[in-house]
Amino acid sequence: MGKNFARKSIDPVGESKPRIDAREKVTGEGLYADDIQFGNKLLHARIKRSSYPHALIKKVDISKALALPGVKAIVTGDDFEGYIGLYLKDRHIFCRDRVRYVGDPVAGVAATTEAIAEQAVALIDVEYEPLVPVFDPEFGASPQAPLLHPDLGQYAVASFILPEAGTNISNHFKIRKGDVASAWGKCKAVIERHYRIPHIQHVPIEPHVAIAKVDEDGEITLWDSSQSPFAQRDLIAEALGVSQSNMRVIAPLVGGGFGGKAGVSMESLAVAIATKVNGYPVKLLLTREEEFYTAFVRQGMVAHLKMGCDESGKLLAMENTFYWDGGAYTEYGVNITRAAGYSCTGPYEVPNVRADSYCVYTNHPVGGPMRGFGMPEMHAGLEQCIDDLARQIGMDAVEFRRRNCLKANSILPTGGRMHPTGLSECLEKAAEAIDWGEKSPPSAPNKRRGKGLALMWKAPAMPGNAGSSAWIKLAEDGVLTVGIGAQDLGQGAFTVIAQMAAAAFGVPYESVRLATPVDTRYSPYEWQTVASRITWSTGNAIIKAAQDARHQVLELIAKAWDESPDDLDIVNGMVVSYKSEREIPVKNFAVQGLPKEGGKGWMGGPIIGHGNFIPSDVTGLDPETGQGEHAVVHYTTGAQAIDLEVDLDTGRIEILKGVAAFDVGKAINPELVKAQMEGGLVQGMSSALFECLKLKDGYVQNPSFVDYRIATAADIPKIVQSILVEVPQDDGPWGARGIGEHSMVATVPAIANAIYNAIGLRFDGPPFTAEKIYLAMLDAGIVKGSK
Amino acid sequence: MAIHPVHLTVNGHLEQVNVPSNMTLLVLLREVLALTGTKNGCSAGECGACTVLLNGEPVNSCMVLAVECDGAEVTTVEGLANDRQLDPVQEAIIQAGGVQCGFCTPGVLISSRALLNRNPEPSEEEIKEALVGNLCRCTGYFRIIEAVKQAAKG
Repeated sequence: MGKNFARKSIDPVGESKPRIDAREKVTGEGLYADDIQFGNKLLHARIKRSSYPHALIKKVDISKALALPGVKAIVTGDDFEGYIGLYLKDRHIFCRDRVRYVGDPVAGVAATTEAIAEQAVALIDVEYEPLVPVFDPEFGASPQAPLLHPDLGQYAVASFILPEAGTNISNHFKIRKGDVASAWGKCKAVIERHYRIPHIQHVPIEPHVAIAKVDEDGEITLWDSSQSPFAQRDLIAEALGVSQSNMRVIAPLVGGGFGGKAGVSMESLAVAIATKVNGYPVKLLLTREEEFYTAFVRQGMVAHLKMGCDESGKLLAMENTFYWDGGAYTEYGVNITRAAGYSCTGPYEVPNVRADSYCVYTNHPVGGPMRGFGMPEMHAGLEQCIDDLARQIGMDAVEFRRRNCLKANSILPTGGRMHPTGLSECLEKAAEAIDWGEKSPPSAPNKRRGKGLALMWKAPAMPGNAGSSAWIKLAEDGVLTVGIGAQDLGQGAFTVIAQMAAAAFGVPYESVRLATPVDTRYSPYEWQTVASRITWSTGNAIIKAAQDARHQVLELIAKAWDESPDDLDIVNGMVVSYKSEREIPVKNFAVQGLPKEGGKGWMGGPIIGHGNFIPSDVTGLDPETGQGEHAVVHYTTGAQAIDLEVDLDTGRIEILKGVAAFDVGKAINPELVKAQMEGGLVQGMSSALFECLKLKDGYVQNPSFVDYRIATAADIPKIVQSILVEVPQDDGPWGARGIGEHSMVATVPAIANAIYNAIGLRFDGPPFTAEKIYLAMLDAGIVKGSK
Repeated sequence: MAIHPVHLTVNGHLEQVNVPSNMTLLVLLREVLALTGTKNGCSAGECGACTVLLNGEPVNSCMVLAVECDGAEVTTVEGLANDRQLDPVQEAIIQAGGVQCGFCTPGVLISSRALLNRNPEPSEEEIKEALVGNLCRCTGYFRIIEAVKQAAKG
């Protein structure tokens, strides 16, 4: 549908337009949630957090804290009995009887200053009865493990999530396809590998912040840094037992999300506290330290992988088991484990598959969505195995992937068929970009050079009915204002939305404004800005909204000119007739309408179009076999390739060149797409080389930028190359599909494969720190020295 | 807590403020002067989002006490543009696509401006070195570095 408009109008789709939000961001004018001024009535909140990984709460004594001057309110779990959670309602806003991780909120304070709130928190006495904690997901899944959620069987849960009551397994996703047991005998080579993927953090530079206010008649307003204003409205209202329409979320600029600001986490704390101090705005701003251990973490994961192929290199079977360290609550994490389950083979056609993906409660920080939603963790080991299996049968790793990777109509692990995909093209282009197959010399005698490559796939992981909507209205000057509920997290959604609206209606890009910030009272519904779904899903809603507005315009002019709407078009803000060659600027009638002939009144009226979109064909999967017709809406596929050097004196890795090639269907804004591919590659590189949330007995050991290192400007690849492949998505706007998260999925295994190529060593998981590599080289006799 | 009178120039404007001993320059800028363009990313001098020019030198404003700034000249991101005319480094970062979420951008711009003031033709390595204290989680830094190169060319 979008294509027709695109052909006829001046078409900003496919052009690298400058960001619509760039100017306000470079001048400092743009408002982030913590920048909004609330005046003297603003109260500051701090949270009393559990100091035990697992304990019963025997008593909470707030009397001393309440007596502190400046303290306005203190709340505890006794005040809020509701459950909250996206897919599995397994947590209270404040702990009621039990704490399950170090940092679990036990009480909240609102005071006139942050210092007083902090003092009050220190004065709250909590008496605990420590319980035996669980820190290993594999042990946690066993019958010997103490139960962390005895009420698991009673929790409300989405239909496609399968908890096992009486265990710590909050989701068990299975694939049973073909006959794995008998397939091994037909394999020429079979390998088995085990990997441990550590917890990591999202680390947006903007910490989480929420300001909540409840007015005298109970209307709640929440201003926050949010990927999910509508989901927050829904879930917080439900947990507090208020109507969704009495809960308003205003979501200004987001200083980075990466999944960590999706769903509901600390926002509910601010709202809950605010319900006790009507009329006062209450601000909760996480410290950087809290950001590390109380915000959603990327779950740790243990993978046991087994795969085999015949002598021609054809993959015959895979048997993959994933134990996810879901942490204390898995309300969001359960769906990550499902996504990894239905994508368990990676982007390959495998006739016989057995997979078990377990989401396991532990007494670690709460797992949640992070860029890639399980795919970076899952591919990290899988794509190393593919290299090893290829080597086992003496086949080049690119050739092996060429033979096995998904093509249009390949059969998926869930039983359905793959849509058209440019994966093979991505593979070829990524390999070519690092001169695959040619041995390149190291830059110095004390260095070893290596090349590696990995493929990936990822689908938007979301309920089958995750909806989008949009409206488009015209002003007196002919400028379009587009209402959306989607957020710009930095990925460029606002810019791409403006480009799509301009193209679909027929005005220049410069004639589009967005109705932001998103405000659930005025903005159209959007499920969440997650899953790399906005360009695709919101884009489809925008096309429908533009069609609606166009229809109103063209009907009016057809009537005025006595022509057929089929002969009319809107081009560059003008309605034109291809038949009579008349034209009229849209602004001449967009608000005022047009006079009828002979002064006999008016026709038309202010133009406003609306549109919505919901995926229509996602089917359920059989709970025992994971088989179904259409597991997901689509898969974005791609490849990353790495050329690196290992320093034999230090173990340090230097990335000489990083290459990303992704099939994005259609790049609405090619430079923004490339920017995603570059940023994701560096985030992936950072997780490969540096990042690990160090957990000891449930305590995060490195909750600061000094101890949890992320990539700086000095660490990046010397050369980066981004390659766009465009095999259109049949139901995507202009053929587009998402790219935001995919760009860090294949990076860890591509680097691991390059390290192996350089020094012949494998590791059981990232990060591949200089220390780890150097010690391994010592052990292997590659370098000489003592530890 | 003791309160101290402080006179300082911020973005060319003379300001007279009374600050408690423990107030940081970052808090003074954001909460007293409402110059919220300077961002708070860690309050520990580690992320660079709060970088401002203090007497021409880039500093983490969360690590400077306001009381130390008596008589000082401070430039924040709001002071880079001159009467709506963007600084070349602001213009370049838009053109190069070096802005994503924008939260590190004010600090990045200030560090870049400081670099170009002392070294109008920096090498790529010098640019990286100048930006090593400004963490960015979105861009992978490539387009930021490109922007500084473009701004240097003028």
